[in-house]
Amino acid sequence: MEIKGKALKYRDNINTDEIIPAKFLNIRSEEELGRHCMEGIDLLFNSKVRKGDVIVAGRNFGCGSSREHAPVSIKAAGISCVIAESFARIFFRNAINIGLPIIELKDSSKKISENDILEVNLEKGKIINHSKNNEEYTFFAFPEFLKNIINTGGLIPYIKADINKKGVKTK
Amino acid sequence: MKQTITQKILANHCGKKEVQPGEFIEANVDVALSNDITSPLAIQQFREVGIKSIYDKNKVVIVLDHFTPNKDIKSAEQCKFVRNFAHEQKLKHFFDCGNVGIEHVLLPEQGIVLPGQVIIGADSHTCTYGALGAFSSGVGSTDLASVWARGKVWLKVPETMKFVFKGKRKKWVYGKDFILYTIGKIGVDGANYKSMEFAGDATRFLSVAQRLTMCNMAIEAGGKNGIIEPDELTMKYIKPKLKGRKINLFKSDADAQYCDIMEFDVSKIDPQVSLPHLPENSKSVKEVKNITIDQSVIGSCTNGHLEDLEIAARVLKGKKVHPYVRLLIFPATPLIYQQAMKKGYMDIFMKAGAIINPPTCGPCLGGHLGILTKGERCIATTNRNFVGRMGDLESEVYLSNPAVAAASAIKGKITSPEEV
Repeated sequence: MEIKGKALKYRDNINTDEIIPAKFLNIRSEEELGRHCMEGIDLLFNSKVRKGDVIVAGRNFGCGSSREHAPVSIKAAGISCVIAESFARIFFRNAINIGLPIIELKDSSKKISENDILEVNLEKGKIINHSKNNEEYTFFAFPEFLKNIINTGGLIPYIKADINKKGVKTK
Repeated sequence: MKQTITQKILANHCGKKEVQPGEFIEANVDVALSNDITSPLAIQQFREVGIKSIYDKNKVVIVLDHFTPNKDIKSAEQCKFVRNFAHEQKLKHFFDCGNVGIEHVLLPEQGIVLPGQVIIGADSHTCTYGALGAFSSGVGSTDLASVWARGKVWLKVPETMKFVFKGKRKKWVYGKDFILYTIGKIGVDGANYKSMEFAGDATRFLSVAQRLTMCNMAIEAGGKNGIIEPDELTMKYIKPKLKGRKINLFKSDADAQYCDIMEFDVSKIDPQVSLPHLPENSKSVKEVKNITIDQSVIGSCTNGHLEDLEIAARVLKGKKVHPYVRLLIFPATPLIYQQAMKKGYMDIFMKAGAIINPPTCGPCLGGHLGILTKGERCIATTNRNFVGRMGDLESEVYLSNPAVAAASAIKGKITSPEEV
């Protein structure tokens, strides 16, 4: 998958109430959730974001509640991947499970500036910053277990494959 | 040997003798919990898998506690969607209508969660049940759907941080203050991906309700689970709820490996207040001066236990709430509501001018029943004080124990219970 887009930057400890405020949790439509993405922190997000853009944040991105609406809204808003120094654990799981690429990159906030054009290669674990003389940043690939989930397309396809393998009857 | 209680429970649930931190496992799940917010996405994902029935109708628990009584048409629609699913799957533990209580107080009360279990919930505060000696952790809706389908969850075995609380606590200091103080020390990501094991004499002297409060907020330091070894007090609490069921009691080995051990002398801890907009901004209530408030909330999965209401009643007895303050009380379950009435707490609250609400998460996550507008300030016994958590992006939430929240409601500003 080719990822290329501009960086939209946020601070440390972005929580899920900021990504998608609770007043929108009575919504199930992904598209509608996407329209309210980041509304708890940045009311201009929707006018700035273009398909393929990358969220770049500091430490502990996605802390707070378990709401999967958060990564769902980010994905639906057109964000191609999230780069942060670290992710809160439930957000980390949710992103992998729904197939939103996430990257842990040391000093992400220092290396990347707002609106930098980034190209990300998930397989090679490499980011090219076109706005900074094609600087390259490398990141660690996921462990084998998580790669299997990601490569199968998320948790649901993964367990579907597992269930079929074991011959459990599906409808 | 050399295993923590968390490692032992996880090993026990994946058919291994022992597990090591960093190892990926698939653990069998004893209880799978969700609510009216997280179930709808899980149901959509479950349908996607293509299986008709959930793995065990006795192990899947759904509580409609967040936006109920239905706060608006969309919430009513969500609840209806979940209700239809719960009825179709013939769930044994489906809490709707007059049975709704706040999930993390309700499940221990009803004896649904027990020591030694693996409990997975699509709600971040699922870590609460570690207080009973269980492994309990929050996940998202897709994870939960996969548990519904297969009865298993993938987990990376966490490293464990041990927190040893020693000494005699001061008056008006509770489990809530221990945990706010701890989060203040290690930060909101201080235990990210890790298990938080609470130990020491001062922890042993806490009631089960207060232990639940401590473990409830492990997530606010990023913890995967909070856990306390079960002891006599745990067993006294659990026994009447067992009804013939067998449980496994696990304890950490004396030579168990911890990635960090921190000791706190609780005799030096004052009642804590966490300032906006992160739980880690905790300070002694004595340092918080001249902060006027518009609202005080006593309740939530963190502090909606009967004991919390009792503490609040002790402060409010014979007193009046400040005329400019809305004091909102949320008993966490119908049983607690009844008990609080019998014990006369409700009478004290109403005479003081408080507003009694039904068991629900209510304003804690900005749902309903006490939303703040721009510039308003609230002290709350809840668990998060993020930007906009209880309403407008320019409102503020301060976190505290029930005694501080009650005292502040009387004075109209953040106040130590010693001063009322």
